[in-house]
Amino acid sequence: MNAVNQVVKVGIADLKIATTPDILRTTGLGSCVGVVIYDLPLKLAGMAHVMLPDSTLTRTGELNKMKYADTAIDMLMEKLIAQGARKFALKAKIAGGAQMFSFSTSSDMMRVGTRNVEAVITRLKDSRIPIVAQEVGGNNGRTIEFSIDTGKLKIRTVNMGESEI
Amino acid sequence: MSFIENLSNYQLDTLKEIGNIGAGNAATALSKLLDRKIDMKTPSVRITSFDETMEMVGGAETVIVSVFLRIEGEAPGSMFYVFSPEQAEQFVHQITGNEEFSFANPPYPEMGLSILHEIGNILAGSYLTALSDFTLINMQPSVPSLTMDMAGAIISEGLMELSRESDYAIIIDTTIQEPGADKQNIQGHFFLLPDPESFEKIFAALGVDGQ
Repeated sequence: MNAVNQVVKVGIADLKIATTPDILRTTGLGSCVGVVIYDLPLKLAGMAHVMLPDSTLTRTGELNKMKYADTAIDMLMEKLIAQGARKFALKAKIAGGAQMFSFSTSSDMMRVGTRNVEAVITRLKDSRIPIVAQEVGGNNGRTIEFSIDTGKLKIRTVNMGESEI
Repeated sequence: MSFIENLSNYQLDTLKEIGNIGAGNAATALSKLLDRKIDMKTPSVRITSFDETMEMVGGAETVIVSVFLRIEGEAPGSMFYVFSPEQAEQFVHQITGNEEFSFANPPYPEMGLSILHEIGNILAGSYLTALSDFTLINMQPSVPSLTMDMAGAIISEGLMELSRESDYAIIIDTTIQEPGADKQNIQGHFFLLPDPESFEKIFAALGVDGQ
């Protein structure tokens, strides 16, 4: 019997773990960054939809760990390892971090795409997880789908077509 | 707990009134611009999760055309004027009388984009002027920016500032449209998303008590 590919939807400031033959999917990434961390031989993967670069930016006591690059990546790793993933086998693919609107104002919040990408790369580096592929920056929205079976990340855009990394 | 969950009905009504005044003025401006009748729907104030926010325009992957501007000044916030690509084409067709402009294939003609930009500018400007006159709060809109892309990618841009404080957004949503239900009719959404610290200023300016 063929297993059915389930699409696991990851919302904004959300995070999900899945195994083969499922597909992890998040839609409409703008300045947000989609981070996939996976253990390919074990067919185990997690995806986070990161919204802001740094958990110290928060202004409230309650912290949604899935919203920030630093805490979301830590959480992804913890969850994957709790499910049996091997730390040394973990690899990452990232996409997103666009600048959707060009503004002359130098407001920091308007550069959040670039800052998200920097923060994600730094955190992954600190955690010794190699980034095997990335498609970041630009000024277009992206929808991404990660096939846990093949380890490929499919990226769909409105104006720039589709690609696979 | 964020203040967003603690708004009173009276405060929500005040926010609706803001949508009413702003969009009313914008509808008048659009009506003059196109020389035709433009109706306005009763504004709604919604408190939504980020994902629900995208559902308001048909889901994160829906392609929309949007004019976005940041409001600077005493009560900062973000403002969107959102319409579908078909409606954007309608706008350009009606104003230029040229039926050839289309969002089907990039690159899009400069003239069409420029017209949409200007429409967004006029409508958002009249919305904010009314709001500013009503509240006597100084609001300076940034130069608007026009883009066509996935709703999720566009709208999330306006959620950045408030996402530092909350996982919910307060959106003042007003629709202006031509009378009738024809798809060819002009229709568009205004979304006003005040930054969290702006609510207190808006309420204070209008004499609505805080908590």
